[in-house]
Amino acid sequence: MIRILKYVVIDIVKNKIIIAYTLMLALFSWSAFGLEDNTAKGLLTVLNLVLLTVPLMSVLFATIYVYNSGEFIELLVSQPVKRSAIWRALFSGLSLSMVMAFLTGVGIPLLVYTDVGTALIMLLSGSLLSVIFVAIAFLSAVIARDKAKGIGVSILLWLYFALLFDGLVLFLFFQFADYPIEKIVVLLSALSPVDLCRILILLRLDVSAMMGYTGAVFKNFFGSNGGLVVSFLLLVLWVIMPFYFSLRRFKKKDL
Amino acid sequence: MPKEAMSTNKYLRIICWYTLSMLVYTNIAARVLEVGAGKTYSGIKPALAASHNEDTIKVYKGIYKEGNIIIDKAVCLEGVGQPVLDGELKYEILSVRSSHVVIRGFTLQQSGRAAMSDPGAIKVYDAAQVLIENNTLLDNYFGIYLQYASNCEVRNNYIKASQVEESQSGNGIHCWKSDSLRIIGNHVSGHRDGIYFEFVTHSVIWRNIAQDNLRYGLHFMFSHENAYITNYFKNNGAGVAVMFTKKVVMINNTFEENWGDAAYGVLFKELSDCYLQGNNFVRNTTGIFFDGCNRLMIEQNNFSRNGWGMRLQANCTDNTIRRNNFRGNTFDVATNGSLVLNHFSENYWDKYEGYDLNKDGLGDVPYHPLSLYSVIVEKNPPAMLLYRSFMITLLDKTEKIIPSLTPDSFVDKTPKMRPYIL
Repeated sequence: MIRILKYVVIDIVKNKIIIAYTLMLALFSWSAFGLEDNTAKGLLTVLNLVLLTVPLMSVLFATIYVYNSGEFIELLVSQPVKRSAIWRALFSGLSLSMVMAFLTGVGIPLLVYTDVGTALIMLLSGSLLSVIFVAIAFLSAVIARDKAKGIGVSILLWLYFALLFDGLVLFLFFQFADYPIEKIVVLLSALSPVDLCRILILLRLDVSAMMGYTGAVFKNFFGSNGGLVVSFLLLVLWVIMPFYFSLRRFKKKDL
Repeated sequence: MPKEAMSTNKYLRIICWYTLSMLVYTNIAARVLEVGAGKTYSGIKPALAASHNEDTIKVYKGIYKEGNIIIDKAVCLEGVGQPVLDGELKYEILSVRSSHVVIRGFTLQQSGRAAMSDPGAIKVYDAAQVLIENNTLLDNYFGIYLQYASNCEVRNNYIKASQVEESQSGNGIHCWKSDSLRIIGNHVSGHRDGIYFEFVTHSVIWRNIAQDNLRYGLHFMFSHENAYITNYFKNNGAGVAVMFTKKVVMINNTFEENWGDAAYGVLFKELSDCYLQGNNFVRNTTGIFFDGCNRLMIEQNNFSRNGWGMRLQANCTDNTIRRNNFRGNTFDVATNGSLVLNHFSENYWDKYEGYDLNKDGLGDVPYHPLSLYSVIVEKNPPAMLLYRSFMITLLDKTEKIIPSLTPDSFVDKTPKMRPYIL
């Protein structure tokens, strides 16, 4: 498995797209902090980068990569290697390179300009989001045989998590405005990894507003150590679940 | 020498002699009584009984447990080496019932606790020209309590209590029905309210620090025409609340880290004709909450890193908010209605994205400080969870360009391009 992983990583690095991605992230984050004299504003730009660009890039690149390495996979399958090992190696290779790209691109400016706590929680969320969306890409790539369809599904899923989900939540808020729904809302947010990450980061950035009544409910849950652990476990679950389903599908798939 | 000049000279000499003899007379009359181990008096009470007006009672180092000490003569009570007066959790320690009293240099601790009589470490009843300075007050029910006092000064006292329950704690400096007080340079912590005023007028509150109090750092009601200058309020249970008052001046105060749903940097309820300048509101859940306020002038203040910079309820009229800095607040301004009868001008908003073509330092595009999202959150608090999501940013941007849901008149037509140096 390690050997396949090595091949995958070397292949991705050769690809140069991932290097361009790293450079782009670095450029955006350095300029975000460099152009604004206000660190808080720079942080917001980076936050948007983490919540929107990183998932989009991960999901798209991973889907396309899986489709393009179809022949490589077929070749490996013909060898005496376990299918799960191939799939796992592919997944780890992609995740590793996405995370590395993210950490080098965003990590350095974050650590330079912000306090360690904020930087760490942002880097952790960004890395997890990268991996989660690679997993989602694997799922959509294994479900759809057709490349265009697979990429379409990936983009739609990204759109759903990054945009539509919040719209739906807002809609629910207005529908159930008369009920005490703060606690349910906390549960609801677990249904989208992007939201979960956003809230975790928010609790560090907008501490004051989060001290308001509803904020306090969230703060009590997400801000406490237990809540923090639960949220990260949920995020890890978001990695495992899609990947597990894709693996099950891949094992039985007629290539 | 002309006769006339000589007579003037004579008069002058008589006046001189008279004043001098007066001085000598007072010097003879005012004695110094010493209290302490091995001194003339072993307790403060006998010394007080033997004293006359204008005497000085010097109390030397030691612990004095004398119950309730009533000062009914105009004496100066001076501690040498910080003697301790202990109320044994039963008594009011010093009751001042005379004018022209000075209390200086004591440690007063453990006053009695009683909800009916409100005992304080030092309580002034119906007196004028009382000076209370350089005392340390530890673990008392009420710290310094002035009622019907006028022209009194409370200066450089360190007041600290460590109650946990609001109901079992009194206020640090409590003033009731008083006039022309000077509260200067005190440090109050751990009490129910740091500084409490009710029906107190024409007073100055200067250079005090109130922090970690259970309820309010500063709390006043019906206290007109007072000035609050360079005070510091930090991390009090519910911040600062001031109500039903007119003509108050607040300059150069700092309100910091008052966190919680009902905690405010300052809560203004039913205030009118007040002036606020050069104050700092930093990291509060709400910087200022205005409820039913009229004709306030708010200028050159700093609002930074608050949850809400200001919450201006729709029942406020004719307030002017100008030349302030709004920086790093989650929401700069929020309101609960659509009626806006207040004026915003020349403020610096860090969220402003307009331009300044004629280079006069003021943006050419009006700024609407009320974001759509703050309106949504006001109506639907759980929506706070969606803050900074892409969806919300999109909604906010659209609203900024074409205001439809937020009140159109909530606008700063001359937003400043660069922050003020305050």
